[in-house]
Amino acid sequence: MTHRVEPKKSYFAIFAALMALTALTVWASTVDFGALSIVVALAIAVVKALLVILFFMHVRHSRPLTQAVVAGGLVWLVILLVLTLSDYLTRGWLPPPPAW
Amino acid sequence: MAEHSGALAHQFDDLGQQLDASTFGMWLFLVTEIMFFGGLFACYAVYRAAYPQAFAEASLHLDLTLGGANTVVLIASSLTMALAVRAAQIGKSIATARYLWATLALGTIFLVIKSFEYHHKYVESLIPGPSFSVEGPHARQIELMFCFYFAMTGMHALHMIIGAGLLVYFIAQAQAGRYSPDYYGPVEVMGLYWHFVDIVWIFLFPLLYLIGHRQ
Repeated sequence: MTHRVEPKKSYFAIFAALMALTALTVWASTVDFGALSIVVALAIAVVKALLVILFFMHVRHSRPLTQAVVAGGLVWLVILLVLTLSDYLTRGWLPPPPAW
Repeated sequence: MAEHSGALAHQFDDLGQQLDASTFGMWLFLVTEIMFFGGLFACYAVYRAAYPQAFAEASLHLDLTLGGANTVVLIASSLTMALAVRAAQIGKSIATARYLWATLALGTIFLVIKSFEYHHKYVESLIPGPSFSVEGPHARQIELMFCFYFAMTGMHALHMIIGAGLLVYFIAQAQAGRYSPDYYGPVEVMGLYWHFVDIVWIFLFPLLYLIGHRQ
């Protein structure tokens, strides 16, 4: 079989890391990082998601084709978010054009 | 001899290809799920950017204790799911069934806690609609945030309910001894779905519960 069997303790280690990061994100929400609060919260969430994807979902040892599909899905998600927000977040940057 | 294995479907060359095909197919489905939830998150991002103050105020109406407890419960269910897949990989049917039971129990606890939260919101008149009542200048925008709260956690809970229903089937199959080191692909695929639903919550928790500058 192509999928390897991970030792149990590695799953417990990932679980412990996810718990620690959950505690960290709750603590971080009580600290005033100003505009960076959302960046800190999302950075922690991305790390947690990557731990789940790479270890619990075995993508670390998946075939390159599967890894490409996973990466492709995430790239399209980033395109969806970045292009949408590049419109809405920049609408106030320039004055409305004069009537013509 | 893979050709003689009853676990191998006719269209595959060998068991490895069969397993790779099923995980690959599941990931294709999960990519569509990424885009589905991605649309909700994008919509959330647009309106949170427009009304940051109202979203922060609305977040303070959510119960951080229950939301945090649910985060722990759901991540624990991902652990038991991963252990169920591992037990299936090494051919331990009884252990597989037990870990799947544990996953189902934790998933059910999550849904019960979620239903208590929904009930609290109902009692506090925080369900968007005619009965919604919040005082202050941002009332309408707070109501909008609660639309996102119910749409996003509701879609997530729907995925949990579907996953719990699937788990019942997989428990029965595991107890019947259907899975073996040659044929554990279905459990692996079930695990991928469950972990995906966990990841959605990993993002929902900070974005809904933790934006209100609690002290």
